[in-house]
Amino acid sequence: MNNYLLISIIIVYLVFLFLIAFWAEKNSKSKWVNNPYIYVLSLAVYCSAWTYYGSVGIASQSGISFLTIYLGPVISLPLWILVMRKIIRISKQHKISSIADFISLRYGNNRFLGALVTVICVFAIVPYISLQLKAISETFEIITDETSYISTTVLDDSTFYIAVMLAIFVAFFGTQATDASQRRKGIMTTVAVESILKLVFFLVAGVYVTFYLFDGTSDIYQQASQLENFEKITSFNGLESGFNWMFTIMLSFFAIFLLPRQFHVAIVENDRERYLKKAIWMFPLYLLLFNIFVIFIAWGGNLTITGNVNQDYYTLLLPLQNNNIVLAMLVFLGGFSAVISMVVVSTLALSTMVSNNLIIPYGFLDKFIQGNPEKNASYIKSIRRISIFSLIIIAYFFYINFSYELSLFSIGLISFAIIAQLAPSFFIGLFWNRGSAKAAKIGMVIGVLTVGYTLILPFIVNVLTGNNLFVEKGPLGIELLKPYALLGIDFLGPEAHSFFWSMFLNTFSFLTISLLSKGNYRERNYAEMFVNSSNYTNLQDGAFVWKGEAYVSDIRNMLNRFLGEERTERALHLFNVKYGISKEEEMADARLINFSEKLLTGSIGSASARILIGSVAKEEPVSLLEVLKILEESKETIAINKALKEKSDELTKLTEQLKMANTELLEQDRIKDEFLDTIAHELKTPITSIKAASEVLTDGDEMPQELQNKFLENIVTDSDRLARLIHNILDLEKLSNGRDQLEIQTNQIDKTIDKAINGVSQIASNKKVEIIHKNGKDLIASYDEDRMLQVLTNLLSNALKFSEPEKGKIKVLAHQKKNKIEIAVEDNGKGIPKEDINYIFDKFYQSKHQNVKKPVGSGLGLAISKKIIESHNGKIWVDKKYNKGARFLFTIPK
Amino acid sequence: MKKILIVDDEPNIVMSLEYTFKKKNYEVFIARDGGEALQIAKDMIPDVVLLDIMMPNVDGYETLRQIKNNKDLKDTKVVFLSAKNKAADIEKGLQMGADKYLTKPFSVKKLVAEINELLN
Repeated sequence: MNNYLLISIIIVYLVFLFLIAFWAEKNSKSKWVNNPYIYVLSLAVYCSAWTYYGSVGIASQSGISFLTIYLGPVISLPLWILVMRKIIRISKQHKISSIADFISLRYGNNRFLGALVTVICVFAIVPYISLQLKAISETFEIITDETSYISTTVLDDSTFYIAVMLAIFVAFFGTQATDASQRRKGIMTTVAVESILKLVFFLVAGVYVTFYLFDGTSDIYQQASQLENFEKITSFNGLESGFNWMFTIMLSFFAIFLLPRQFHVAIVENDRERYLKKAIWMFPLYLLLFNIFVIFIAWGGNLTITGNVNQDYYTLLLPLQNNNIVLAMLVFLGGFSAVISMVVVSTLALSTMVSNNLIIPYGFLDKFIQGNPEKNASYIKSIRRISIFSLIIIAYFFYINFSYELSLFSIGLISFAIIAQLAPSFFIGLFWNRGSAKAAKIGMVIGVLTVGYTLILPFIVNVLTGNNLFVEKGPLGIELLKPYALLGIDFLGPEAHSFFWSMFLNTFSFLTISLLSKGNYRERNYAEMFVNSSNYTNLQDGAFVWKGEAYVSDIRNMLNRFLGEERTERALHLFNVKYGISKEEEMADARLINFSEKLLTGSIGSASARILIGSVAKEEPVSLLEVLKILEESKETIAINKALKEKSDELTKLTEQLKMANTELLEQDRIKDEFLDTIAHELKTPITSIKAASEVLTDGDEMPQELQNKFLENIVTDSDRLARLIHNILDLEKLSNGRDQLEIQTNQIDKTIDKAINGVSQIASNKKVEIIHKNGKDLIASYDEDRMLQVLTNLLSNALKFSEPEKGKIKVLAHQKKNKIEIAVEDNGKGIPKEDINYIFDKFYQSKHQNVKKPVGSGLGLAISKKIIESHNGKIWVDKKYNKGARFLFTIPK
Repeated sequence: MKKILIVDDEPNIVMSLEYTFKKKNYEVFIARDGGEALQIAKDMIPDVVLLDIMMPNVDGYETLRQIKNNKDLKDTKVVFLSAKNKAADIEKGLQMGADKYLTKPFSVKKLVAEINELLN
């Protein structure tokens, strides 16, 4: 293919990506830009040229071990989601912009640690980027038939220009905001688009090889199984190979968290926590799709391509060999996409780290303290842009000078192994509050040195000396120190071996040193926040243990320099409102210090933020004891507060219940008192009368016989009254306590009414009052007849009592109403006064409007009647509308 | 001849008292509630009133209050006769201006003695 044609296509493609990024930045609120699919696809930045080309290479040489790199993430994804959620919460809270920031913050904003992590990442990733550039260059050469893929001068090398264009792309879209924790929609959208393209093009190539060049999967398998090394590349080789698998899987498991580009897309660019739910199935699916055809392309290549070629590029060579230029072009663009997205995101992440964790904290703080907001922002952006260009240029020169020897796969693994050294302080630090900054630093350094000795040094020595003695005999002939078989462990592959030893030594040092020496108060405090992020809201701003003196005005000035006056005022206003702090407050407290550090972290990194705020706040050292006390106290206070609140709620409830019970008791008491008073009064009246009459009689020497008889009669009447009263009281008590056993039988109500009328007929005829009962309906109901007679008699007696002699007329009516029988007793007397109607069923209630001459009665008759009817599940009441006299009604169920 | 007004809604009690005081040479008036009592008291200006407390319409307390407010009756003694025998009730009755407070059931002899003492 023509060189210039390819260059034009590349340029068109790059312009296309620029336009997408530009469009996404313009429409950063659009749902096309903000959705979980963009997030998941951007995670696929994991699949670099290493995946696109390198997997095929490794599959053609050593079989299915390429899969480990994808199995790690797939296996770990459920766990990944859980840990991610925690990391994302902490990161959003603190405006974390890179993994260096994250680790540095966990260990108390440790400046050196942030820088160390940055250096380790640069060390691991720059060669990795250079390998990606190498892939562009090599594929470029393959597709254009250029003889030498490294041109004589840099300026003739198309890869150089591509690198520069990528740098411009990152610099332009990656540094729009000073705050590095802001999301970059443009870059993420292009990465997502590229993820689709590289997958689709790779699948197209896979289908082409499998179904066009060959006759399906079984055909390839059939033919490949004839090859001499087939056995070797399709099976495990015992336990040792198993170990290799395990370690590589672990390695890739760490990589998915710790690679700066993965941290960047997964955490810094995460918009919503719920996107993780989509990622949990879509991301593994993506990886699996990507790997479906790898093995077939590898076999296909082994079968049809002969001669000394790089197996990594079978995907490209196969269509070329069959003169399918268009497909080769698509494959090239897919690989190009994989490279671009990896380079762009990696450079972006690295440049943020380099500026925020290395350059700014170690060199530019003084300048910032004097600068104004616009100047500072442009300084920060310039530092980042220069970092971006430097990183890409360094990667480019590394590729020109070093990358002859190494395959994509092995450079990738070395890079993973170095990055994995962050794992102990990262993961253990998340769940163990003892991990200290010192331990993290020492662990990382030891780990990286181990990787250097066991993986990189052999390679360098080999390049320098041209022989393999170092690897075969060990340094100075010491066998135990052989770089690929330390202490005699010789059954692991170089990468797995290196990973095992570096992780072991790193973790061991981290744990031991953490246990031996506690960190300072800052570390302890942040450790607590990271580990207990579940009750994070409690800790938040207040968690930072800080003692000292600082003026709000100083802090405001400091914030002004970075955020500008408007944003500063807005932020401080929000802060004051949130904590209810007065605007006039002059002294800053721990919360404001912490809040301000967070505000600055996004722009200049957490370590620098701390140093800057520290420069205006006179901090007094807080002893470890005090920190622990404060932490314990706040924990304890929270616990105690909670317990107290629960107790107090309980008590309030109890008090309420007690109050109610008390009121009830008091009311019952009062009713009982009243009742007893009334009973006493009612009993005393006849007794007084009896006593007085008896005294009069005893003294009655001259009393005429007639009068004597009258007094004796009075005594008898009052005795009867007394007896009746006592009987009624006991009766009522019995009914009220439910101790009365009703003798329920089926009776004819009309017959019972007749009996009751019979009982009062003597009084009625004496008073010449007529009692009418219309008989003949044969209504039947179940009731205690004696009790029913008591009720009827009481009602009839009352009616008689209030009826006028000779004119009185009493009517008793019974009829059925639904499933009840209703009985009415009405008279034509003077009726019941309105104010009495509600009380006449009360005990001892006797109307004030009764005649001066007291009618005979205990005052308990209606109360007893009511009890009886209620114990029959009936109702008794007065017809308030009846105006020709009194009308009592009651019902009993049929 | 001393005038005595007996106020009670229990006819049997009234009957015994009426007989007793007539025998002791009192001029006896009878009322069955407070309203009646006040009417009679204004007309007859009794020397002593025997007053029940729990009566229909106008009760004993109200009757006492009106007697105390009537200048014509400033020399009239009032004796409560009541079944209410709690210390608080007795206290209340005396504080309102009753001269004596006897609880029911009372001894007729003792009542006569008390009235004599009150009037001499």
